[in-house]
Order: sequence, then structure tokens, then C-alpha cells
Amino acid sequence: MSGAPENSWTVKVREKAVEALPPEKLLPDGQPTYVASWIYVFGVASIASLVVIITSGSILALKGPAWWHYTGIGHFFNSIHMWSVELFFFVMVVHLWGKYWMSAWRGGRTRVWITGAITFLVAVPTALTGYVSQQNFDAQWISTQAKDGLNSVGVGAFFNVTNFGQMYSFHVLLLPIAVVVLVSAHVLLVRRHGVVPPIELHARLAIVPGSEAPAPAATAVGADS
Amino acid sequence: MSLLHPKDDTKPWTGRYQPYDLVKEACIAIGVIALLAIVAAVLFSSPDDKPSTVAQWSRQLPVDFVKTAATELDGTSGTATYGPPYNHESGSVQHFLFLHPQRWLGVSHPINTAEDYVIGPLETVPNDPTLQRALDEYTSAPEKTQKAWGEAYAKPLEEDAEAEEEGKPLPKTVTVNATTGTVGVQASGTGPVPTMMTSLLSLARSGGLDGSLLTSRQFFQTDYTKPLLFMADGGLLDKRAEEQHLGGDEWGMMNETGSYPGQAWLWLYALWYQIEPFKNSPNADILVMLIMGVLSVAFICVPFIPGVRDLPRKIPIYKLIWREHYRAIRPRSSA
Amino acid sequence: MIHAGLGVVMGAVFDLNHPAHVVHWHFIKLPLANVIVIGLMLVVFAIVIALPFPGAARRAAARRGAGAS
Repeated sequence: MSGAPENSWTVKVREKAVEALPPEKLLPDGQPTYVASWIYVFGVASIASLVVIITSGSILALKGPAWWHYTGIGHFFNSIHMWSVELFFFVMVVHLWGKYWMSAWRGGRTRVWITGAITFLVAVPTALTGYVSQQNFDAQWISTQAKDGLNSVGVGAFFNVTNFGQMYSFHVLLLPIAVVVLVSAHVLLVRRHGVVPPIELHARLAIVPGSEAPAPAATAVGADS
Repeated sequence: MSLLHPKDDTKPWTGRYQPYDLVKEACIAIGVIALLAIVAAVLFSSPDDKPSTVAQWSRQLPVDFVKTAATELDGTSGTATYGPPYNHESGSVQHFLFLHPQRWLGVSHPINTAEDYVIGPLETVPNDPTLQRALDEYTSAPEKTQKAWGEAYAKPLEEDAEAEEEGKPLPKTVTVNATTGTVGVQASGTGPVPTMMTSLLSLARSGGLDGSLLTSRQFFQTDYTKPLLFMADGGLLDKRAEEQHLGGDEWGMMNETGSYPGQAWLWLYALWYQIEPFKNSPNADILVMLIMGVLSVAFICVPFIPGVRDLPRKIPIYKLIWREHYRAIRPRSSA
Repeated sequence: MIHAGLGVVMGAVFDLNHPAHVVHWHFIKLPLANVIVIGLMLVVFAIVIALPFPGAARRAAARRGAGAS
């Protein structure tokens, strides 16, 4: 390492990053023993769906927006893209239901919930911009209908669903970037705080397996791990 | 503890860890999801209903086309009377109490329907002195006269449309030549409007109007607002949508053409339009958008909302999810 | 040649390009496909919570302290 000056931004950023997420926390090879339900795979399934969406979407973007209308292979990749979007919302909502019923915002994890919720809310217009970019009858209908809702709240003045060029740009670049950034923040926060522990049934049952003594008395707010 | 920050007895986990391969899990997940998407693509493909064009509209529904064009010319169409962001009218301007965001954001995509949909495209038609004389007569007439001509021409067309909608016999004032596809309207006091409409129908049937509406500003265009709004003022898109159950009264925003699943996640947004007072409200869109805005903020803020954040403890689904953990920590009775 | 062949392969096994069958219940009018998706989500949620997760023996061993990280 170079003899960096004390006010080096690089050193400060690196030290803060490593302090928040040391490698063994960023990519742990173990999980608490309470991570023992199929509901837990729906978070990674959401990420997996996003990977398939972006991969298939990238192939569609490589060949341009008209390609899938006049080639069989193009139509096939469009089909993969469409079904992976259906899968994405499917698994993401099941993940959301699981996290709600687990009160997964506990223990200082409110930002995990917030980033997850915002990801869902941003995914909705990401999908909508895709639907209006299809350049077929569905796109014509959805755009001429959606414009009324958006115009009523003034959003139509700067977000024009009948403007294919604008919608395609939002769909292929701007909104996917937003989704990826939000998902990354969400996952990093989960790594930082750990998977939320189970809701304690009774104070006297808060005997943590493997510890020598009962857990200390409950405090008002759970600390970050 | 406060209203926004409830008592939270969640302690950091100090118990045991099991080996858990996250990277392998992610790779398996990507493989499974990719396989599911590919299988679905092979089994069901995806919909791709061809778009409607102005040319098709003018050929399949010539009377509807001419009626719509007449209303664009005389400023009574849906788009002509819409309001912001297209013009300064108020036909579709919505508000809620003191909130008038549609007005506040103003006219950002100006459309002059008479000029953009009728006069402008007709002026590009070459070598037609009859049409040129009709255009000169129309554009040099006072506004009151233009309006009178337009209304006289549109009246039989509106009566024809009403009769068709109500299933009554069609009046004989509107005729369609089966061979040429031209529309004849029997009315007096229509001035040069019939000539203009006949030429516009001919231009549309040739495909020239599609191109004219799209390239009116520059060669390269990606903004389909003008042709889309023109078609949406007419009946062709509505007719196709009704056949596919895409109408607003059928939760249309959620639906897809054919028998494919659509945007099912829009269910709550679509639901409000099916119930009163939204169903028949002239401000339905802004009301629904505001409700969904409030609910979206509430969704983000679930951890802070008393009652909502406590429901998981009252309906203990968590006991099923963590049943293995609770069994493991249950104090064992001594022998 | 390959393009044309792939085009044949890429055609759907089940043709869903016909107007949807609509499920009517009170004010709810939804196409069958959307009803299936929503219903399947609820069913899958119930199943994933009910199904035991593999590795119980490994977790029990970890709790006992054998091979814990």
C-alpha cells in the first residue's frame, strides 16, 4: 500500500466499506440455524429472475426493437423475457408476503424493508414501459389508456407513454439501472444486518442454542448485528 | 418507544450457524428460473397482435374514420377537447379538491387537431386543384363559418354512429361505396368540408396519413403520440380491445391480448375503477392515482404503521416458518 | 435453413392467441390466466411454508456444536 495521506478519500471509503461489510460478511459461508424454510429461497429467486430478465432483454436490445416481430428466434427471446417478468413478480411478491409475516424489518432492518418496497414500486413502471415499447396492438392500447391516469396527475407532461423513443430509453436503460441499484442496496443491507432472527415467543424462551446462559433481558430496540 | 418506533425486542443472533452455500444457491436459482422461463416460452410463446394503422382504420371503418376526422377538424374530438398536456381545453382535465396537477404542469405536447390531423396532411397532397381550392376556402373563412360547416357535416355521421351503437336501422344520409370505400354524407351547408374529408380518407387509405402524422416535425421520429391519439379518438382500437377483454370495465390494465397472463400486479390499481364512487366519477383517474400513491407510501412505511406492523404477531404464520427453530429451543422437561 | 428450422421449433405448443375466458364473480371480471397466476401464488406461498426444508440433520448438528462455523 502507498503511504496515502491521512485525508485520502480512497482510504476512507475503503475502510468504511470493509468495516460495514468485511468479506466474510459480504459472502458468508454459513447462515443461522433458523434459516430453515423454503420461503427463504424466494429472495434469491427474485434475483435469479432479474438476471434472466436482463439477459434476455439484452439480447432483444442487441438486435433492436423490431427484431422479435419478424424472426422466430427473436420471438422466442421475447417469450423468455415476458415469462421471466411474470416469474419475477410472482417470486418477488411471495418473497414480500414471507418477509411481511416474518416482520423482517425488526432489529434495525427498516431500510431493508424500505429498499425492498421501493424496488417493487420501481419494477412496476419498468414493466409498464416494456409493455408500451412492444410496438404492437397491446402497446397501442396500453399507452392510449395509461396516458389518462398519468395525465391526470401531471406526470404525462414529462413522461409520455405514447412516445416510443422515451419509453424505450426508460425501459432499456434508466429503470433497469434503478432496479439493479435498489436490489444491490437491499441485498447489501441484508448482508450487513443478517437475516432477521425469529420473533421471540416468550422472554424465558430466549435461550439462544449453544450459549452458556440465557440471553440478556430484552432491550427496547434491537441493535444491529 | 414511540408511535413510530415500536418496542423491538429483536436481539442480534448469537447462536449457531449452519454451512450455507449462497453462491451455489444463486447459481441453482438462476438455472431453475431460466429453465422455467424457457419451458414457458416453448409451451406458450408470447402474444404479438399486429398494431393497427391509420390506413387499416380508414379501410375497415371508413365512416368511423371520417366522423373522427370531422370532429378533429371542428375541435370537438376527445383529443381536441382534452386539455393539458395537449391543449388548453378542459374536457379531460381532472382535479381533487385544491389539487390541479394536470393544469399546473401545463401544455407540454401541443396538438392542434384541425391543423395536425386534417389541414396539414392535406396540404402535402400534390396536384389536386379541387382540394387546394377547398383548403383555401376553409382556411380563409371566419371561425364561426368553419364551425358551422363542421357541425353540419358531422351531424349525420353522429346520428349514424348512435344508430349503430343502439342497434337501430342506420339513417340513409351516410353511405359507403363498397368498391372505392369512399364515404358519402348527405347534408347541406357543409362548405368545402366534404371535399377535404374525401381527400383525407383517400390519403389515409393509401398509407400516406400514417407517414404524414409521424414525420411532421423531422425525418427521424420515435414519437407516436399524434397517430395514437388520432386512432384512440376513433373506434378501431376500442373495437379490438373489447374483443380481447382489455376495457377498463374489465380490469383492462391488468390484462394481455389472447389468453396470456398480463400485469396481474396492477390488480389493486385496476380494482378501484370497478367500484363507486370511482366508476362513474369524471375525476376517477386522479382519485385512483392519489389513493395508490398514499397506499404506496404506506407500503414503504409498513414498519412505522401501528396495527399493520403488528398483524404478523397476531396472525402467527411466523410460527410455521420458524417451527424447527422453536422446537429446538423449547426447554426440555427434566427426566 | 437453421433460421427457418428454429422458427418452427420456436412456435408455441399451446396456442394462447384466442380471446380470454373471463372469470366473473360479483364485480370481479378477470381473465382466467390472471386468476391462475394469482391463485398459484397463494398456493405456492402455503406450500413453501408447510414443506420441510432439507438439511435438518445438519442444522441439528450445528446446534449441538458439531461442525459449526
